[in-house]
Amino acid sequence: MAEITQAQRMKIQRHPMPEQDPKVRARNFKEVNFGYDEKTAIEEANRCIQCPKPNCVKGCPVNVKIPTFIQAIADGAFRDAAQILKQDNALPAVCGRVCPQEVQCEKVCILAKKGKPVAIGNLERFAADWERENIGVHPPHVGKKTGKKVAIVGGGPAGLSCAGDLISMGHDVTVFEALHTIGGVLMYGIPEFRLPKDIVQKEVESLMEAGVVFKPNMVIGLSTTIDELLQEYNAVFVGVGAGLPYFLNIPGENLNGVYSSNEYLTRVNLMKAYTFPSADTPIYDVAEKNVAVFGGGNTAMDAVRTSLRLGAKKAMIMYRRTEEEMPARKEEIHHAKEEGVEFNTLLAPLEFKGDERGKLNAVVLQKCELGEPDASGRRRPVPIDGAIVEIPIDVAVVAIGNGSNPIVSRTTPDLEVNKWGNIIVDETTMKTNKKGVFAGGDIVSGGATVILAMGAGRTAAKSIDEYLKSE
Amino acid sequence: MNKIIFAEFIGPDTKMFRIDAPLIAAKQKPGQFIILRVSPEGERIPLTIADSDTKEGSITIIAQGIGKTTKELNNLNAGDYIQDLVGPLGKPSHIENFGTAVSIGGGVGTAIAYSTAKGLKHAGNKVISIIGGRSKEYVILEKEMRDIADEVIITTDDGSYGKKGFVTDSLKEIIDSGEKVDFVLAIGPIPMMKAVADVTRPYGIKTVVSLNPIMVDGTGMCGGCRAVVDDKTVFVCVDGPEFDAHKVDFRLLTQRNRIYNDQEKESVENHNCRMLKMADEVANG
Ligand SMILES: Cc1cc2nc3c(=O)[nH]c(=O)nc-3n(C[C@H](O)[C@H](O)[C@H](O)COP(=O)(O)OP(=O)(O)OC[C@H]3O[C@@H](n4cnc5c(N)ncnc54)[C@H](O)[C@@H]3O)c2cc1C
Ligand code: SF4
Ligand code: FES
Repeated sequence: MAEITQAQRMKIQRHPMPEQDPKVRARNFKEVNFGYDEKTAIEEANRCIQCPKPNCVKGCPVNVKIPTFIQAIADGAFRDAAQILKQDNALPAVCGRVCPQEVQCEKVCILAKKGKPVAIGNLERFAADWERENIGVHPPHVGKKTGKKVAIVGGGPAGLSCAGDLISMGHDVTVFEALHTIGGVLMYGIPEFRLPKDIVQKEVESLMEAGVVFKPNMVIGLSTTIDELLQEYNAVFVGVGAGLPYFLNIPGENLNGVYSSNEYLTRVNLMKAYTFPSADTPIYDVAEKNVAVFGGGNTAMDAVRTSLRLGAKKAMIMYRRTEEEMPARKEEIHHAKEEGVEFNTLLAPLEFKGDERGKLNAVVLQKCELGEPDASGRRRPVPIDGAIVEIPIDVAVVAIGNGSNPIVSRTTPDLEVNKWGNIIVDETTMKTNKKGVFAGGDIVSGGATVILAMGAGRTAAKSIDEYLKSE
Repeated sequence: MNKIIFAEFIGPDTKMFRIDAPLIAAKQKPGQFIILRVSPEGERIPLTIADSDTKEGSITIIAQGIGKTTKELNNLNAGDYIQDLVGPLGKPSHIENFGTAVSIGGGVGTAIAYSTAKGLKHAGNKVISIIGGRSKEYVILEKEMRDIADEVIITTDDGSYGKKGFVTDSLKEIIDSGEKVDFVLAIGPIPMMKAVADVTRPYGIKTVVSLNPIMVDGTGMCGGCRAVVDDKTVFVCVDGPEFDAHKVDFRLLTQRNRIYNDQEKESVENHNCRMLKMADEVANG
């Protein structure tokens, strides 16, 4: 191929992600985005000007060698691109789909100064998908066996990335997971239409091929304890996620039809309630009904878009602040709108109302306006006196975040946690106060992102390796 | 996958299983439960551990075939496997030497009460066991209870076995006879547990019930199992399953257990449909 000049590069427009038509996809559970084909990927990769001091790498929480993998795509060396990604990111097919690129790598891409940034996330996804579809996911390289054993508690992104690194370092790794399926939020929280479950399971299988042992149906703290694990294993990594749903604490919250987002999404994703009665787990019948989702994060967007796909007549977001403050990825908000989700902002729920059989039928809301900025710098919603509305709804999903699940800390009293129950670690080593115990992911940081959880798992793997060598 | 070592019907639609689960057997304490799935598309349902045998490495569960999953479970036999089994979940029963303890089991509730009654006996209590059933066939675990309790009273609604009447009638009789009752454990259908709570409330007798809400994960992650106790919302799977009977909001419990009534019917019909089809296929070759 002829060499492209810098001027030519700058003229190429960012390639949009090909996706299902909004009207069609709003009623099916198939993945929304199709991904780039090879030609599009190469053209998009050609937009990268290969900065000598790339901002994007600094913007990435795990410092993926972004220009290097993009160059490989531009050269048509897709296999190499995937390998380069995997040096820093154990789950590129996942991250390419769910990372908030617009506030990380793409935000600081030099091209964003004058126009649109390189579509780094889309390219990441392309390289990982190409590898999986054409040559299969490569299991991590397994190092010379050290004879040391590590137990990983929790099979979410933090645990999986820690497991992948430790097996390459030659240690024996066993992952204990409370649920019957490995993957954490990637399996039970994030819906199929955004992250196909097959992709997650392929990644898990590749770890299995490398020798990682998975033990599902093991709730650490109850099935066995951290202290008991320490008798059998040289070190333990705790990556149990957040996993304790917050409710609004308003009257009527226990009416039939009010769900936590965790329950709603778990029933649909993990238990496949959307195929009921072929799968046995039911979900409240939302067909032709009104669903209101409370919250403005990714979880809220997932729940509201799931409701549409379950056949809801009206699927609404109810948020206390304005769209500006919503923590969800921009793409999710955009997709939700395209699909017909109704956005209601500056509304705070006061009460759920139900019929005589205990079925939810309405929500009472307080209208708000924006006041002075609060500690987080965001303008605080303040109630407008007397402005109260009642909206008829049949299903409510509360998606306002998670606290930390207490099972591990309750049964490991000498493990230090803060007042919210998050495990306290040294951030550079992920070491807890307990000898041989490391922790990372949402259980340390509170609800965050997949990439941060994976980064924490990786940091922990490195310091576990050092710990095992010094032991 | 866990292997079924032994399976036998002990009452109408009521089957007892011993399942190979050495880790759970070693950890299990009275009052705790497991969650199981029967098939790869199956739902997760909680069942209390009725007993465990650490030598055999097995746990005992007893299921009544009411919903789709329990019906499917009751089609399984020794040698078959359970798809997924996790436990022990929930907090163990609070057991101490109260003095005289009355353990009341209604229907399969007796199976759940058995493990705790045994614990109460070990702790030095005088244990009176009341076993209630609709009719004779529904009275289960009589022999097992006789082995551990100081006294066993049987009641049936129709009088086909033991005393005619409800478990609450017998409880009242015990209290009225002047026996000092220090502790009551009641496990069974919600109306029964509520009725027991109403009997003991005026006497101020400490009464504990085991709640059976709909669950998903059983680890506190989903909040689907929430109930109200003492005006506060609790997650039964991690905060319970046993609570002070005088403080439980039984009306809410009943309401929340009906969430999927319509769908459950559909699911059972779908299941029956499949069974009929299979029967047809067998019949027609
Ligand atoms: C609906 C939803 C959508 C999201 N969307 C995005 C997104 O688009 N982009 C993004 O970056 N982030 C997103 N997030 C956040 C992201 O998923 C989490 O930050 C990330 O999964 C945290 O990883 P983790 O490994 O710490 O925990 P988790 O993924 O929560 O995994 C923890 C695992 O540990 C298991 N476990 C818990 N307790 C025990 C125990 N006692 N013993 C054994 N196992 C246990 C759990 O079952 C679980 O499998 C989303 C979250 C949700 C809920
Ligand atoms: S900042 Fe943008 S243009 Fe520069 S190397 Fe990174 S992706 Fe390429
Ligand atoms: S069953 Fe999910 S929190 Fe109790």
